[in-house]
Amino acid sequence: MNRYPLWKNLLIAFVLLLGAIYAAPNLFGEIPAVQITPARPGAPFDAQTLAARLEPKLTAAGLTPQGFLFEAGALRVRFADTETQIRAKDLIESELNPDPDKPEAIVALNLLPGTPQWLSRLGAKPMYLGLDLRGGVHFLLEVDMDGALTKRLDAIAADLRSLMRAEKIRHQGIVRNGRLIEARFADEATAEAARRVIAKNVPDLALDVTAQGETVKLIARLTPAAEKTLREFALKQNITTLHNRINELGVAEPVIQQQGAERIVVQLPGVQDVAKAKDILGRTATLEVRLVDDTPGALEEALAGRIPPGTELLYERNGRPILVKKDVVLTGERLTDAQPGFDGQTGEPAVHLTLDSAGARIFREVTRDNVGKRMAILLIERGQAEVITAPVIRTEITGGRVQISGAMTVEEARDIALLLRAGSLAAPMRIVEERTVGPSLGKENIERGVHATLWGFALIAVFMIFYYQLIGLYSVVALAANLMLLIALLSILQATLTLPGIAAMALTLGMAIDANVLINERIREELRLGVSPQMAIAAGYERAFATILDSNVTTLIAGVALLVFGSGPVRGFAVVHCLGILTSMFSAILVSRMLVNFTYGGKKRVAHVSIG
Amino acid sequence: MELFHPRQDIPFMRHALWFNAVSLITFVAAVLFLALRGLNLSIEFTGGTLVEVRSSEVVALEAVRDVLAQAGLREAQVQNFGSARDLLIRLPHLGDGESAQAGERVKTLLSQVPGTSFEVRRVEFVGPQVGKELATNGLMALAFVVFGIVAYLAMRFEWRFAVSAIIANLHDVVIILGAFAAFQWEFSLSVLAAVLAVLGYSVNETVVIFDRVREVFKQRRAKMDTPAVLDHAITVTMSRTIITHASTLAMVVTILLFGGETLHYFALALTIGIVFGIYSSIFVSAALVMWFGVTREDLVKPVKKKEEAVV
Repeated sequence: MNRYPLWKNLLIAFVLLLGAIYAAPNLFGEIPAVQITPARPGAPFDAQTLAARLEPKLTAAGLTPQGFLFEAGALRVRFADTETQIRAKDLIESELNPDPDKPEAIVALNLLPGTPQWLSRLGAKPMYLGLDLRGGVHFLLEVDMDGALTKRLDAIAADLRSLMRAEKIRHQGIVRNGRLIEARFADEATAEAARRVIAKNVPDLALDVTAQGETVKLIARLTPAAEKTLREFALKQNITTLHNRINELGVAEPVIQQQGAERIVVQLPGVQDVAKAKDILGRTATLEVRLVDDTPGALEEALAGRIPPGTELLYERNGRPILVKKDVVLTGERLTDAQPGFDGQTGEPAVHLTLDSAGARIFREVTRDNVGKRMAILLIERGQAEVITAPVIRTEITGGRVQISGAMTVEEARDIALLLRAGSLAAPMRIVEERTVGPSLGKENIERGVHATLWGFALIAVFMIFYYQLIGLYSVVALAANLMLLIALLSILQATLTLPGIAAMALTLGMAIDANVLINERIREELRLGVSPQMAIAAGYERAFATILDSNVTTLIAGVALLVFGSGPVRGFAVVHCLGILTSMFSAILVSRMLVNFTYGGKKRVAHVSIG
Repeated sequence: MELFHPRQDIPFMRHALWFNAVSLITFVAAVLFLALRGLNLSIEFTGGTLVEVRSSEVVALEAVRDVLAQAGLREAQVQNFGSARDLLIRLPHLGDGESAQAGERVKTLLSQVPGTSFEVRRVEFVGPQVGKELATNGLMALAFVVFGIVAYLAMRFEWRFAVSAIIANLHDVVIILGAFAAFQWEFSLSVLAAVLAVLGYSVNETVVIFDRVREVFKQRRAKMDTPAVLDHAITVTMSRTIITHASTLAMVVTILLFGGETLHYFALALTIGIVFGIYSSIFVSAALVMWFGVTREDLVKPVKKKEEAVV
């Protein structure tokens, strides 16, 4: 009696071992490091060479690196202390970015977990600390969807006007009216003809023809599906743009996430300069298409300092100089989409651009007149223009669908498309929530949280052992196992730990002991009724189980409600609370029972249960 | 060692009326405070800006207020936060565009306060729309918890138990809110989290007693009337009640003592909730069950059917 089968003991031991392994990284603290990433995502970056280049310089300056970590598109250099780290950052910064306006790399301070290699190989990571514990800025940005929708409808209205012109259908005005586009026609037949043409060419519209006095009105609105796509697109595009811009801030581990249908959360750990962060987030980049001046000798002249009038000397992403005319052919506003893809004939990687109707018309004229010449697409940010790509015009391009292909890899095509899209924000954004936490407050918060938890735990432990003796000690071991499993689970899930989360940890421990108290009281009660010790233990665990289950379910209902409806601090609390309830069920019942079984189980005669 | 082990069942139900009168008075007082003074809602709900700073010297609040008022921020609230050097500055929502910049403006203005320098420790800005949503979501969460618990208890026990439990525990929630209104403590999101956690937690207490009630109804063939069963259930679970709550309270009080200002009201809400939770589970919910007229047949029916089938 009171023996677990071997498999059950092994299973419990296995879970505890896993818990110990995955909770362990939290004990090792963090190592100061400097993180180096390329200034433009996807730009060529050779971490090995860079490391070889930096190492002698750092050693010479007395800033001996403790190690280099190579990752895809990032180099991390570890240092002994934060002072060396900060000095090394300045050195690397001046070494890699002699001109701060044209950075070659982003150099950021970072803290790497001090997890030993064998643990990291098992995928064990420390818990992910929230901003209130590590310091930093949190923004909640709201995308102005109404703005995005009206912008799109305005563009569609313009498209419809040129479509009517092209199809030679006479209309009496096409205007946007709120979320609708109204087109007026003289008679029903014309309106019907227009309806057919529009339905064929612009499938995103739902159309209605209504007669109204003298004129016939054709009312077009975006289909719900098209509107949904547009919203998703606007949000995605904004997120992409934010990614690009935040790279520039030099933040080690930024979080950029969608929240709900029109909001974006941006978290920048370690950033204190809120004004600069806001400036960068809110900045608008513009896209321009201009012609390249390929007159023989002109480039050489320009490089020698004699720039021909009406042109500008710029650089491509690979650093090659290029002479571009000052006249702007098109701006980013005319670009409605840019997607990576493949050339239909050659199968080469390509970027597909879509222009609106006005853009298409201009583009047709310009390409017709300049076949064989090159055309540059520029991204202008902070007054700095950079040539993203400069393809040769092969033929006249009509219809507003442009393909850029040749001499690019799939990855390059993706990056170019991304940069082109990022060039214009789909919709304006505004900050609706902001939190800044200083680094000293973060450290204090951790200390406070840990102290509260440990003191509370100690109080409970002393009391339980005093009151329930050996069984009480087992309850405390079970509670410690609960804490360990909870930490392990949070580490595995990489859920964000916040100060309310630590409070939840403490509170959950306080509540979790209830299960053991219920069991222990039940055992005592059985013993009092004169039941034999073995029977009393078995009955105690069995009878208490239903109660423990019921009470945990009700607590879990409250936890889940907080998780579903809560945000920010409440959610941080709820995650830990819910997980803690689950781990407590395991440890309070199974772990303590296993220990009790080892002590009392299987014995023929047990005269006394050490339960006070 | 045993702290609590009465030889005989304590006749709680005989005094149910008194206990509930006490409850009712507290409840009415809480409702009055809520109605008359209202909750001191944090900027998370109202929208606005909050700046926490640490001053290098002890600084007079008046000096800071003057500087802010001169710059036109007359509605700024300045108060100490934990120590004489820690200040909390609250600004109401200032209208679009302006509010997002309020944090930076305060930072610049503070540098004009003579004789000290400030370290900005925390800035929070919440737009009015977000605040409204948080408030709605809070109410939704409360509704979800109430409904979820009633449904679960109705399934596991009987609807009268479920209703009694939720009335008893909502009464705790109202009392916590009443205390926050009475003392004008700041009601923030984390306090709301504490309130809902308390709701889940004190239902535990009720569940433990109800579980016992059901068990006693099932076991005892001897005729025990409902009040006697309730008395018995409460008495035998008394020891567990005291120990569990003492443990949880120990935890919560350590958070109150060590957790710092940020967790202060959170821990306070939990403390009040746990203390009243014990009271209401024992005296209010059990009494309500009695007055609703629950009998053994209400709970034992399914088992009986089984027995008949076997015979």
